[in-house]
Amino acid sequence: MAVQDTSPSVGPMASLDRGQASVQSARPAAKPVRRLPVQKDWRAWALISAQIGILIGGLSLWEIGARAGWIDAFFWSQPSAIAQTMAIFFGSGDAWTDISFTFRSTIFGFLIGTTAGSLLGLSFWWSRNYAAIVQPYVICLESIPKLALAPLIILVFGIGLLSKVAVATALTLVVSTLTANAGVKALDPDGEKLFYSLGASRLQVFRKLVVPFCLPWIISVLRVNIGLALTGAIVGEFIASQHGLGRAILYAGQTYDIALVWVAVLVLSTLAMVMYATVSWVESMLRKGVRQ
Amino acid sequence: MSSLAPKLCVADVSMTFQTPTGAFHALAPITLSIPQGRFVSLIGPSGCGKTTIFNIIAGLLEPTGGRVLIDGIDATGTIGRVGYMLQKDLLLPWRTVLDNVILGMEIQHVPLRAARERALPLLHRYGLAGFEYLYPNALSGGMRQRAALLRTLLFDTDVILLDEPFGALDAQTKLRMQEWLLQLWSDFNKTVLFVTHDVEEAIYLSDEVHVMGTRPGRIIANIPVPLARPRIRGSVLTGEFLAIKERCLELLHLEGTASEQINEAA
Ligand SMILES: Nc1ncnc2c1ncn2[C@@H]1O[C@H](COP(=O)(O)OP(=O)(O)O)[C@@H](O)[C@H]1O
Ligand SMILES: [Mg+2]
Repeated sequence: MAVQDTSPSVGPMASLDRGQASVQSARPAAKPVRRLPVQKDWRAWALISAQIGILIGGLSLWEIGARAGWIDAFFWSQPSAIAQTMAIFFGSGDAWTDISFTFRSTIFGFLIGTTAGSLLGLSFWWSRNYAAIVQPYVICLESIPKLALAPLIILVFGIGLLSKVAVATALTLVVSTLTANAGVKALDPDGEKLFYSLGASRLQVFRKLVVPFCLPWIISVLRVNIGLALTGAIVGEFIASQHGLGRAILYAGQTYDIALVWVAVLVLSTLAMVMYATVSWVESMLRKGVRQ
Repeated sequence: MSSLAPKLCVADVSMTFQTPTGAFHALAPITLSIPQGRFVSLIGPSGCGKTTIFNIIAGLLEPTGGRVLIDGIDATGTIGRVGYMLQKDLLLPWRTVLDNVILGMEIQHVPLRAARERALPLLHRYGLAGFEYLYPNALSGGMRQRAALLRTLLFDTDVILLDEPFGALDAQTKLRMQEWLLQLWSDFNKTVLFVTHDVEEAIYLSDEVHVMGTRPGRIIANIPVPLARPRIRGSVLTGEFLAIKERCLELLHLEGTASEQINEAA
């Protein structure tokens, strides 16, 4: 193709034929050559070694720092002391009582709050009037910082397991209610029409349409709720309790036993991770069951 | 009951919606009388009230005037009397195709086992073999419509209402689905009321075509389609077919310009 026209052109052929001068006037300086950045993935063992290396390095620095006096071991403790305290903690038998107490408060609160909340959220499907009356209260409850009510809950339910379960329930209930209700609101009215056109009763629509449709919503808050329930249980123990990892942390802090604080926090984190992983697994099983 | 009574009769049905901006007159009194085993289409511009009529016949909407009679018996406002395929397929994503198709029977308390046994041969015969245990999201648009239509048929009512069942399909699939539907219709001897935008589709499938007008929705003409059955695809090019098509298009066009003038005046 011969380029004979005199009109200014910025096409690639034009630049070939016209020479450099005109190209430079039409374009800014040539772009630098740039390639797509490529990241090479490390192998799994390399990644894990790096992670373990960082952990060991960090702990060693901490230990050395504490011994050399760069870190105040009174406030920060040190890994060797923490390991010793850990052995004592598990040896004395208190560990299992505390773990079991916190575990039970969390699980009961989680189950009660999630179940009751989901049922409450689903119940709004049944009556528009009932929903219109009750929903504002739920939204108010949502906006209250429920942990601020914890002292009151402890007063009412006592310092035993029940009050921790109650705090955990209070935290999880509202979340589940709102989420299940969001599911109900997202329901396609045409889906209900289909069921009614087939002569369905309200109960049939609820069981065969509303519940299965909302299940993914309900499932989606399980992981959030297990975290909230644990928070509720710990805060309950902070306020007044005779057992539990939360109480162990508070007690150790008050007696300046910083190593014990670390131990309790570590055990608590492990408990949290185990519960979180279990709930994630349950969630993925449920999702497979629901198939959405 | 008398065999002379039409299967489905829509007698002077009218509908006025109460909206925040005032009353909206959606349907003028409409009368339809459909004998057993007929295939009748409704065509008309969007918003002329086709879906509203279906909702009223299916008992999902209480008309502000008039009655719906099935076999001569008043069925106004009662549900479960007719099979209704809504404008969307509404397959439940958490159920397999088989379990979607038996939904109507399940709601009517047919034992699951018996319902599945009845549905399986039909799925095989009507093009869903191999899809029985898949979930709807694995199906193409045409397959979804088949499943939705079989669900409607298996509900086992004499009258079925189909609201633009092939509206969202590509041209090829649509033609295949039309043949498929005619096959089903002749096998099951149902009375079909069919809504479509597509004039050719309406004529090709139907014994009669009701042309609707808008503002308020009403029936402006009832055009019989005396073409012999079984019909072949080539019949859409015959003079007889084209004459009917022209008539329908003319009516729709006249109606369109009339409502535009009303709009401009308003
Ligand atoms: N529940 C309702 N409230 C108010 N207006 C409605 C309602 N349902 C339908 N309409 C109106 O009635 C008219 C007919 O609607 P529809 O039957 O869906 O039309 P078509 O199916 O022919 O496209 C439309 O103008 C629509 O806006
Ligand atoms: Mg419609």
